[in-house]
Amino acid sequence: MKTKVLAIDDSRTIRNLLAATLEEAGFDYHCAVDGREGVDMYSDVAPDVVITDINMPNLDGFGVIEELRGNGINSKVPILVLTTESAPEMKARARDAGATGWITKPFDDQSLIFALKRVTGAAA
Amino acid sequence: MSGSIQDTFFEECEELLEAMDEGLTAVEGGDHDPEVVNAIFRAVHSIKGGAGAFGLDELVAFAHKFETVFDEVRSNKLQLDPKLIQLLLRSSDHLSDLVSVARDGGSTDEEHHGVLIAGLEEYIGEEEEDLTFEPMGLGGPSMPLPIADESEKTYQIRFHPLKEMFGTGNEPFFLFQALSELGPLKVELDESELPGFDSMAMDESYLAWNMTLTTTEPKSSVEAIFEFVEGLCELEISSDKDGEEEAAALAALNAAFGSPGDSTEPETPAPFDSPAPAEAAPVTSPEPTEKVEAAKPESNKSEQRGPKPTLRVDLERVDRLINAVGELIINHSMLAQQIANLDVADLRDVETELEGFKNLARDIQEGVMSIRAQPVKPLFQRMARIVREASSATQKSAKLVTEGENTEVDKTVIERLSDPLTHILRNAVDHGVEKPEAREEAGKNRVGNIRLSASHRSGSVCIEIRDDGAGVNRPRVKQIAIEKGLIPENAELTDSEIDNLLFLPGFSTAKEVSNLSGRGVGMDVVKNAVSALGGRINISSTPGKGSTFTIILPLTLAVMDGMVVSVADQTMVVPITSIIETMRGSDEMINSLGADGTLLSIRGNFVPICDVAGALGLRKPDGDQPPGVYLLVETETGQRSALAVDDIHDQRQVVIKSLDGVCGNIPGVAAATILGDGKIAMILDPESIIAASPNSATFDTERRMSNAIAS
Repeated sequence: MKTKVLAIDDSRTIRNLLAATLEEAGFDYHCAVDGREGVDMYSDVAPDVVITDINMPNLDGFGVIEELRGNGINSKVPILVLTTESAPEMKARARDAGATGWITKPFDDQSLIFALKRVTGAAA
Repeated sequence: MSGSIQDTFFEECEELLEAMDEGLTAVEGGDHDPEVVNAIFRAVHSIKGGAGAFGLDELVAFAHKFETVFDEVRSNKLQLDPKLIQLLLRSSDHLSDLVSVARDGGSTDEEHHGVLIAGLEEYIGEEEEDLTFEPMGLGGPSMPLPIADESEKTYQIRFHPLKEMFGTGNEPFFLFQALSELGPLKVELDESELPGFDSMAMDESYLAWNMTLTTTEPKSSVEAIFEFVEGLCELEISSDKDGEEEAAALAALNAAFGSPGDSTEPETPAPFDSPAPAEAAPVTSPEPTEKVEAAKPESNKSEQRGPKPTLRVDLERVDRLINAVGELIINHSMLAQQIANLDVADLRDVETELEGFKNLARDIQEGVMSIRAQPVKPLFQRMARIVREASSATQKSAKLVTEGENTEVDKTVIERLSDPLTHILRNAVDHGVEKPEAREEAGKNRVGNIRLSASHRSGSVCIEIRDDGAGVNRPRVKQIAIEKGLIPENAELTDSEIDNLLFLPGFSTAKEVSNLSGRGVGMDVVKNAVSALGGRINISSTPGKGSTFTIILPLTLAVMDGMVVSVADQTMVVPITSIIETMRGSDEMINSLGADGTLLSIRGNFVPICDVAGALGLRKPDGDQPPGVYLLVETETGQRSALAVDDIHDQRQVVIKSLDGVCGNIPGVAAATILGDGKIAMILDPESIIAASPNSATFDTERRMSNAIAS
């Protein structure tokens, strides 16, 4: 079974980049254009891992984490945040909110796959 | 990276730049709503994020500075005063330039770049700068650093997760899996801390693992695997070779993430099945979280603002569809004609169906046209920048107000309107709007007001540019026209005719060529561009109050409503939009004027007659007009003329077929079409027919008319 990824980002470019890398690597890729859509899609997609941007309209990345973690069933799904800032402060904040890890933008294929591997065990 | 992803990035950039412009315009207008500011921030942030992915460093660097300033505004550390807003507007223009440079190559003005960077940096506190883009310590690289050390080492790893780790979705098993890919891994569970069942706490973490890993990878690779759980576990990594390095690395790690060995961290009460992490956030960073809360009540509003679902389609496909619909319309008229020619007694049923066919074809055509239609909003937004640049180049202050931004116009029309509008707006600032002091003296607001509006007007689109400047300086315009030999010295012109002199080729009122509007192009270029789109442009002006340019454009460039007429045994089409009235002439309506002129008298008014056949060279102009049919048309200057044709046949929708590349530009002919009988008919351009007609010499018609009436 392919590992299912739900990517939430309001930037079409980033979604395209994620799709290109993940689909090529054999992941089952799903995406949402903002936090609200991501949370709404969550139960239908039932992903193995969520990748979310932080700053988005309608519901931001912290809101996504909050809602997914707040729901007992989802509390253990790995959530990776996409961030341009590699500052520890942002990571700490994401982690306090319940994020599993982070991917620093700009990301390359390897670091993306490497991050997914560490939270899902899957390289595809 | 795939090229197409990069293309999408630039497409997205256009949208983001528009969103940013829209936001900034709102901010400039006094709307400091946090959601507006946040939307601008997001747009800049997304540009930066995408640019980073494609290694567009200059763009990233500038977007980063820009974004940082906006972040300060967002967190209320900076006030949006007029000076800052101006800087942000100019920065946004520059960002747009940088995007263009990244896409199309070229370079930007380095001095300008430097000035803006310096301007932005003034607003950026040093500490913020440090926190952001620089990778820090171990937190930076998420990939194993390549170190050329091939020797095999054995690492002893002790990993004891703290209970906080389980709230984050990290799974020790996956970490071990990742570790095992580096080399042979031996894992031993250490359950020595596990208490008896009676004293066990559900949310406590008692287990630890001791591992032995043999690998050629450097220690940093091993540490990278534990990056996400740093601070959430007790981690010891030691190798047979690097006792000292380890201590140093751990110290750095501690410094970056607080003390990992300290299990009594007070701020993270996160048992894994409780919603506590959500509560933890405000403790660490109350300020941004409040922002999130504050934005919530507005989420409904912003959902409404959000874009409707759209589909991106290749323009070529749409154009193919439009062509097919055009053929369908031609096909219909052929069918109708053939049916009419049939020798059948009762055609009623067929005609009813044919009528239905016609209506459907028209519906399809309208639907397809609406695909090509786009709101003028992005175009108008770009114009705000033109006005800004023009104002700063001329040391005037002017503000652009836009109206009817959602008016939809054919995509090609929008694209080709950009240059004419730019030119008119530059002119409006350069020649129209007065200097602030002069405006004050005249009792006006120091800031000039330029209104750009779009609206639909009976089958066409009307674009209006109205400024509240000084208006056309008529004596001076006339003087220049005489100096340049464009009109005879003794010409008597109406105000409107003088205003329209501006559109003559080779006319420029600038005393010296300013680097702004006087780029060697005059308003005639604007007029040509508008005419090429099948449109008309008009100016009206009131001294001291300002000028208004009105551009009337067809809704689409593919079909139009035309009147089918015959001229010297040929069938031709005249655009309905230019016809005011049609009438059958009689002898007593025709008055001679001089040797070669004739006037048509309509309800007491005299209108020059223009013989279409003569103007097209199909018949020698003779004094005696055959009393045929007259189409009363209005020219761009507001003058009326009567086009004399032999007969009117029909009024119908025709498909425009361009003649470019087939037989070039023919004076008097705008394009061609295919009629129901399969014949080709020319679509006439009344404006140029009148200009070509010897009867209506351009500027003295009115004078001659008044003479005629007097005599």
